[in-house]
Amino acid sequence: MHAMTSPQLADIETLELAMYRAMLLARRLDERMWALNRQGHGHFAVSCAGHEATGAGFAFALDPARDYLVPQHRDVSALLVWGLTPRDILCHYLGKAPDPAGAGRQMYAHWGSRRLRIYSLSSVMSGHVPHAVGIALAAKYSRAEYVTWCGFGDGSSSKGDVHESMNFAAIHKLPIVFCCENNGLAISVPQSKQMAVENVADRAAGYGFPGVVVDGMNPLAVYETARTAIERARRGDGPTLIEAKVYRYLPHTSNDDDTRYRSRGEVERARERDPLKTFRAQLYAEQLLDEKSETALEDEIRAAVDDAADFALGAPELNAEETFKHVYE
Amino acid sequence: MSQRRALQIFAMLKSIIETIRDTLRAELARDERVFILGEDVGVLGGVFRATEGLYNEFGPERVMDAPISELAIIGIAIGAAGVGLRPIAEIEFADFIHSAFDQIVSDAAKLRYRTNGDWTCPMVIRTPYGGGVHGALYHSQSIEATYAHFPGLKIVTPATPYDAKGLLRAAIADPDPVLYLEHKKTYRAIKGDVPDNDYIVPIGKAQVKRAGSDLSIFAYGMMLHEALAAAELLEREDIQVEVVDLRSLLPIDWETIFESVRKTNRALIVHEDTYTMGLGAEIGARIAEEAFLDLDAPIVRVTGPDLPGVPFNEIGEKTFLPNAQKIADAARRLAAF
Repeated sequence: MHAMTSPQLADIETLELAMYRAMLLARRLDERMWALNRQGHGHFAVSCAGHEATGAGFAFALDPARDYLVPQHRDVSALLVWGLTPRDILCHYLGKAPDPAGAGRQMYAHWGSRRLRIYSLSSVMSGHVPHAVGIALAAKYSRAEYVTWCGFGDGSSSKGDVHESMNFAAIHKLPIVFCCENNGLAISVPQSKQMAVENVADRAAGYGFPGVVVDGMNPLAVYETARTAIERARRGDGPTLIEAKVYRYLPHTSNDDDTRYRSRGEVERARERDPLKTFRAQLYAEQLLDEKSETALEDEIRAAVDDAADFALGAPELNAEETFKHVYE
Repeated sequence: MSQRRALQIFAMLKSIIETIRDTLRAELARDERVFILGEDVGVLGGVFRATEGLYNEFGPERVMDAPISELAIIGIAIGAAGVGLRPIAEIEFADFIHSAFDQIVSDAAKLRYRTNGDWTCPMVIRTPYGGGVHGALYHSQSIEATYAHFPGLKIVTPATPYDAKGLLRAAIADPDPVLYLEHKKTYRAIKGDVPDNDYIVPIGKAQVKRAGSDLSIFAYGMMLHEALAAAELLEREDIQVEVVDLRSLLPIDWETIFESVRKTNRALIVHEDTYTMGLGAEIGARIAEEAFLDLDAPIVRVTGPDLPGVPFNEIGEKTFLPNAQKIADAARRLAAF
């Protein structure tokens, strides 16, 4: 329970509350980014709404002090647990100079921070999956005791990169966990047109390691599943493929129009499963949250998001001189 | 010199393939972070035997046999390089590298830039390229121009055993990704003296292989040797040819090129890669931009023709490939212009 002892979480009494806080902060940041986008600030928003429980669940199962995170684009809640701050995220969103992912070179949701062991992403789907395997190979090669977590989407799962990567990781029993966050849509293409199987996790059998389906809208279920997979990786028993079933509430990005490919009714029905809603209800039922503490939490998060937005909007741009740097050492 | 003595000296010289193998062995011994990943590099020692013996000497973790997964070989090397290892990825034939095109151009070449210098990719990709060994379309291609279009990447190609060692050591020490192209016809055909000391040949430096005053030939890889042979032929006709080995293709040593053009006033660019959009186009354009007033004649190129591949049939293969005779013919016309 390392995460419980990290300074930013010292005031959070339980794992569940810490998870809820990360999920809520991710959601509120997401809402702010879309609002800023519609106000003309920032060119590109990518929503994490619906993926927050998965991110919070696995991030708390890992050890940010030693493990490597090769995230997928919608892993905001995990990245917050990992140590990215709201300021980092909004500077990245606006492409400002303090953006830790690339000082404004990369569009939003293309994470990276070597200090925090968060590997960098391109926009090419699945291209990062072999990098995660390379990081895991380095752990085995160097007898280092870290696990690599590799996230990707259902859309990515169709690419050869994923096949080649999983096959290699299996051959060498590498300490890696593959996590397919399956929201059922590759932009507009539904799962039925992406694959003929019900579960991406079923493919793990073809590589010779376990594949597990988990409700990605339930952070505790993800946490437990992730722990099992991470322990297996730490023991040297090799990879696991976790498939977290999630729902993407917003369009693919701020440049997408999801009314062209799914009904409002479907989205509304999925709102009943919104992890922010269901997990909140659970915390109330468990008496871990009440109106007073929830108000305090919302106030704290609103202040953090306000501060981050002010900071990012006022932050310096990537200037012309810097634009020419870092092609080679 | 007696024939016997000449044979003794030749036996002391090293081939390019032996030099690459010895250099890899020395680098594996010197630095534990260095490992080799590729198809058939282990037990077999590589299809050209570039890694022969290294598996037994360093074990399966340092000399790793990979499944037929070019994308993964390069992608995994990128990831491992990011966290401190020094991978040497081998792609069995350059013709197969395009499966990993995305990894090379979208990730290896862009990683440092896109992360503001935070994440880097110090890795080497070794791969045999070029024709002349009856390899047909898919074991003969020259790929350099395709990859030379991507800032962030470095590309070198040694033509001599001396440079094979010096450039390989430089590539492994380099903090950025280096595509190390080995012309497969030079592997055993070209021998030379290789000093034992730990020298490097700096990336980005060309070398004047033969001084001349009438025209300059810019070449690399196997074509360097054809250009040198052409220069020998022309010397008998009293045409003094300067031959420059580019050695590094990205970045290119422009200063050495311009200096040579300023001296001879005539430029001939030779490559085996195809004509349109080949490196000759870029080199010619840069000479025109930077040294136009030094030219006494139009820039000339001798290259592979614009065909989709090198044919298997021997006549077809010879038809495709530039050689000393074709280079000499073009040089003769250029000198007379």
